[in-house]
Amino acid sequence: MHLTKEEEAMLAGEQGHATRIAMQILVALGKIYDAERLVKVSSVQVSGVSYKNLGDAGLEFLTELASDGKARVKTTLNPAGMSLTDWKSQGIDSGFAEKQLQVIDAYRKLGVEITCTCTPYLAGNEPSFGQHIAWGESSAVAYANSVIGARTNREGGPSALAASLTGRTPLYGLHVSENRVPTIAVDVEAQLSLPEDFSAMGYFVGREAKDGIPYFRGVRRAGLEDLKTLSAALASSGGVAMFHLEGLTPEYGMGAKNLEALTFTGKELAETNALLNDEGAPDFVSIGCPHCSLTELATLAKLLDGRRVRREFWVCCSREVKRQGDEAGYSKLIEASGAKFALDTCMVVAPVEELGYKVVSTNSAKACHYLRNAGLKVRFMPLEECVAEATRKD
Amino acid sequence: MKLKGRAIFEGKAEGQALVSSSPMSFYGGVNPDTGEIVERGSELAGQTVKGKVLVFPHGKGSTVGSYVLYRLAKNGVAPSAIVNAKCETIVAVGAIISEIPCVDMVDVRKIKPGVRVSVDGATLEF
Repeated sequence: MHLTKEEEAMLAGEQGHATRIAMQILVALGKIYDAERLVKVSSVQVSGVSYKNLGDAGLEFLTELASDGKARVKTTLNPAGMSLTDWKSQGIDSGFAEKQLQVIDAYRKLGVEITCTCTPYLAGNEPSFGQHIAWGESSAVAYANSVIGARTNREGGPSALAASLTGRTPLYGLHVSENRVPTIAVDVEAQLSLPEDFSAMGYFVGREAKDGIPYFRGVRRAGLEDLKTLSAALASSGGVAMFHLEGLTPEYGMGAKNLEALTFTGKELAETNALLNDEGAPDFVSIGCPHCSLTELATLAKLLDGRRVRREFWVCCSREVKRQGDEAGYSKLIEASGAKFALDTCMVVAPVEELGYKVVSTNSAKACHYLRNAGLKVRFMPLEECVAEATRKD
Repeated sequence: MKLKGRAIFEGKAEGQALVSSSPMSFYGGVNPDTGEIVERGSELAGQTVKGKVLVFPHGKGSTVGSYVLYRLAKNGVAPSAIVNAKCETIVAVGAIISEIPCVDMVDVRKIKPGVRVSVDGATLEF
């Protein structure tokens, strides 16, 4: 792989220890994926934040990098394993909290903005069409490539951080136009009327498409909430990092001729909904996987206005969207019902299984996937039904 | 026998070959404190990676797996080297940050379980 003089210097350790490790990572990845060179990135989203996943070794690694490493481009952060301010009321144990805050301190020292959200594109990290970026967080990767038309591979925590510390990433995969063409077509015949229908469709298609690029035909309209949850579901049941919606997303014009085609009808929709529903009455309800948009807060405020929540109910969103909700008056209505904002975190990365809950009701197929892996039972249902579950008298 | 591959992280190491014919997931698949393979359905379930030359086609699963390799190294229970048919991001990054010698682009089917393997840069001898 060709390196510039400055990149050679970084690799030789002339710009410090952290930059050197970062460059070693990028060069190895470039070698594996046959990149001819590195490309400059304008934005980074770092995953690998929850202490639940990092453990003491991950914390030690970040602390070591923070001794002399610094972000060179705009860098935002994925959710943590708890709210950074209200962890006590979430029932998080103080040992876990102490370690989680140390992880955050290391990232702060590295110059990473402590946004703690999986929707950086709703919280000030908004790349534009055609820009090279390096994002972790699989749902945001799929959204950035497909909806925004920015270019990123599916980065892991360390490789995204390496891009931030050097301002570069190897030029391969989805950074290259010819790799952004569809690999499988999907003929959508089901009626998609709710974001949850997009979520179920993503879950179904992700399993079939694996790490390919689906091209959806027959979807007439899709709002931000539809695209956000579709991205998340495709990336959880499969390894999808990019998709096209004919007539809607910016790069669909490449077309999908001579491709194998799947069909998604009302039958597949119903079967996927059934697949995502276990037995049992929910004792925990959570909305916001990926983190809620302002529109979702508006909907929730309307549904919860004047009602009382009778089960633990988490509304997961970024601090930025919460602030907008405060200004619009939505947050007050949501909190008056007894629902709790879960900022900086979500039901997937917080240790929900250790908080004593058994059955989670949520409107996200992605959340169902990961909560099941953590040993919980799940009930997948539309937002309105989640609110009905949360407010139901036994 | 001598095999030449491609060095992902260069180093010298040796150990007994622990061979998985299927891809490995480190996150959820290997206990980071003990090195025990805990992945359900794995042919190596119950064995430890500690000190072994770990041979498998490629990594899979969550990217947090890189940190699991790092935790294994810090806990003194990491494999002494990793040999892959085709290395991918999770294992490559894990090997680099943990300083575990790692070689790929070799025909891993040639390495029989239990043989003594020595690794030096891009070369394997057993």
